[in-house]
Amino acid sequence: MAEAVQALSGDFIDCDVHLNVPSTRTLLPYLDDYWREHLIRRGIEGESHDLSAYPQNAPLNCRPDWRPTQGLPASKFEHLRDHVLNPFQPRFVICNVLHGSQIMFSEDLSAAMCKAVNNWVVAEWLDRDPRLRASIVVPVHSPDLAVAEIERRASDRRFVQVLMFSLTELPLGRRQHWPIYDAAQRHGLPIGIHAGSSFRHPPSALGWPSYYIEDYVSQAPGFAATVNSLVTEGVFVKFPRLKVVLIESGVTWLPAYLWRINKTWRGVRAETPWLDRSPSEIIRDHVRLTIQPFDDPPEQSQTQTIIDEIGSDEMLLFSTDYPHWHFEGTDAIPAGLPKTLLPKVLLDNALATYQRLN
Amino acid sequence: MSRHVVARVDEIAPGSCKIVTVKGREIGVFHVNDEFFAIINRCPHQGAQLCRGVLVSRLESPAPGEYKLTRQGEMLRCPWHCWEFDIRTGQSWCDPSSVQARTYAVEVEPGAVLAKGPFEAETVPVAVEHDYVVLTV
Amino acid sequence: MNVAVLDRKPEAVSRTHMGFIDCDVHPFYKSPAEFDEFLSARWREHRRTIGGRVRQGLAKSSNYPRMSPGNGQRMDSWPPDGTHPGSDLPFLQKQLLDLFDVAYGLLAPLVGGAAGERNVEFGSAMATAVNEWQLARWSDPDPRLKAAVQINIEHQSAAIAEIEKRAGDRRFCQVQIPPRGLEPLGRRRYWPILEACAANGFPVSLHLGGTSGHPSTGGGWPSFYHEEHPSYAQSMQTLVVSLVCEGVFEHIPNLHVVLVEGGFAWAPALCWRLDKAWKRLHAEVPFLRQKPSDYVRQNIWFTTQPIEEPERSQDMLSTIQWIGPERIMFSTDYPHWDQDDPRFAFKVPLPDEWRRKIYHENARALYDFD
Repeated sequence: MAEAVQALSGDFIDCDVHLNVPSTRTLLPYLDDYWREHLIRRGIEGESHDLSAYPQNAPLNCRPDWRPTQGLPASKFEHLRDHVLNPFQPRFVICNVLHGSQIMFSEDLSAAMCKAVNNWVVAEWLDRDPRLRASIVVPVHSPDLAVAEIERRASDRRFVQVLMFSLTELPLGRRQHWPIYDAAQRHGLPIGIHAGSSFRHPPSALGWPSYYIEDYVSQAPGFAATVNSLVTEGVFVKFPRLKVVLIESGVTWLPAYLWRINKTWRGVRAETPWLDRSPSEIIRDHVRLTIQPFDDPPEQSQTQTIIDEIGSDEMLLFSTDYPHWHFEGTDAIPAGLPKTLLPKVLLDNALATYQRLN
Repeated sequence: MSRHVVARVDEIAPGSCKIVTVKGREIGVFHVNDEFFAIINRCPHQGAQLCRGVLVSRLESPAPGEYKLTRQGEMLRCPWHCWEFDIRTGQSWCDPSSVQARTYAVEVEPGAVLAKGPFEAETVPVAVEHDYVVLTV
Repeated sequence: MNVAVLDRKPEAVSRTHMGFIDCDVHPFYKSPAEFDEFLSARWREHRRTIGGRVRQGLAKSSNYPRMSPGNGQRMDSWPPDGTHPGSDLPFLQKQLLDLFDVAYGLLAPLVGGAAGERNVEFGSAMATAVNEWQLARWSDPDPRLKAAVQINIEHQSAAIAEIEKRAGDRRFCQVQIPPRGLEPLGRRRYWPILEACAANGFPVSLHLGGTSGHPSTGGGWPSFYHEEHPSYAQSMQTLVVSLVCEGVFEHIPNLHVVLVEGGFAWAPALCWRLDKAWKRLHAEVPFLRQKPSDYVRQNIWFTTQPIEEPERSQDMLSTIQWIGPERIMFSTDYPHWDQDDPRFAFKVPLPDEWRRKIYHENARALYDFD
């Protein structure tokens, strides 16, 4: 049985909570004059910016008792207060907004809307409760404009991370992205890589599947590709203080992936000679994972095996992934997770990963 | 341990290898940059004939995108999964402290010295006017 | 790093592997003109002038160069006459079939470019030619070698005709389809071909290679072979997701598929994830009457190569246990660089019963050779 959080510990950090922008119009007061008029004159403020990666009403994406009678889940402070802050009593909650503004084809429009989203997060969330923290939302396809937004927000220490999507136009390790990692490292900000795709490409080399369940499940091998890119391209060699958090990735895929990438490296290392230690060592130093969803095995003993195979007690970060539906009540800890691991999972690993939480 | 004459020096051209069998072990004798090295002909990974691989350089990189060639011809690359071993020490490139291929001491001796013994030379006749590669196994 | 390596003096190796069934062997040609005798004049001329056209920038080389000559061959597998590894039957017999007394070697030709060819009529003609070439050069001279029916799945009628033509010919043991196509293989438009495979008693071999034209990952094109090589395992996972979730096994319950050269350690976690997602999203796929992992355990087999190398070698056992030792079949992938030696591929002693299944019995049960 999954464990209720309060039964085990009062003090913890929730590293992945979602906020939904109620509508595009919500952003209007938070845009510059120019862009406000622009969105209005083109009717963009009346368009939806929901992501196809997250159909709002799909059962997976909102637990029934967290769905409001009106409007989007997790779109008002009261939702977060009633569903997470009060029942769970976290020390901090890290808020992630997944919104179409991050993936627009027009880079300037994307940057302007991301800035508005961050303004909204500050005004209607961070200013509202001292326990709230947030990831900086950036135009994921525009490294230079993303850096500008990071620089703009860095001095507000309630922003604790830079948010990117796992699957975009170029694999995340590619050098075109490096200005983002440079800025993040300079400001002591981890990169939060969230499950999802901007769908500039089909979700895999096979092409476009029919069903949402396929897109969703394919996120796990998608993360393997993403981590592979970051490691192989030498992002962690170039940016030795950078940490990356895989958010909503599924967790149990990790050991088989580590075995595979180490095996490849032993024979193919000559292609990428800057990898002077094994990929699993690099990953254990630089990569962290939020624990929901966990993709549990049917038996608890198998969970123990997976934890042993992950081979580090510093990698897992507690999360509820609110309002996505992964557990009932407050039973947010995967069954079979060793109790000895809990202090690190619930608190210490988050404090070590997110310097600004200290 | 015993000493074995395994080849005349001029039998093994620079950059090439002679595979010999000594005390039941296949060992590759390599001539690299005016020196001789001996390494077991068996990859610790899946048992491939390591010495049928190729000699390559040790690739270094101070940063992604920067490439440096060092120790030319001193790494032996397994013909199967391309694991690389330092021809001098037998240490693997991927895990030098715990994955190794056994190496053997090699000396070059003039025939005149060898004629005084002791050595074993099952297949290589020793003549005083030539130099020989001698393994200690 | 805990790497399982051979002992300096390995114990006497069990002989269970002798006489094994090798589920992945790659024949090659000494010259592409070997296909000409099986092509009409029109297609010979087409091959000479326009040539093969696949969905990538380079006409004749892989997007991601391999690490050894010959596009990634085992460096000691070049035949004495210097022709391409896998092109010389006597040498192949010496290095593989006779060396291990192989009972059957299942051919997986990656030649001719039939499957990825954009001109689907030419692709279908090449598929037929490669099928005839397999018989003439390989299966007839050495009946231990079983051929795989080549088809181009974008030409449905030609593909079905080719499958039906080879039905009942025991020199062919399966139909070969590359997983990376224009659409995921589970999609409805491919069902008639998959139905024909099952109806004619052929398992489907899904061997990775080449490109569909879609980027190798859902996040775009990688830079390095260091990424492309593991991306095969990722593609296999999304292939399983497609076949299961699109309802292929519900629609064609007697379709058997073999995932070749994609590894298998990823399968347990993928099944856990599939089952969990299905618990929430089953209304989207109401035609699935069982949970996804049940289909995996009924309809899907995995070959071993490139053998998984857990950091703690004993984790191989729990991995196999979860997938089921009856689902796994040994393969060498001779003569590619990352091929496995049947004596030393497993770094942990397997129970005798598992050894027999993996090296012999599972393939015999699936393929119905004799």
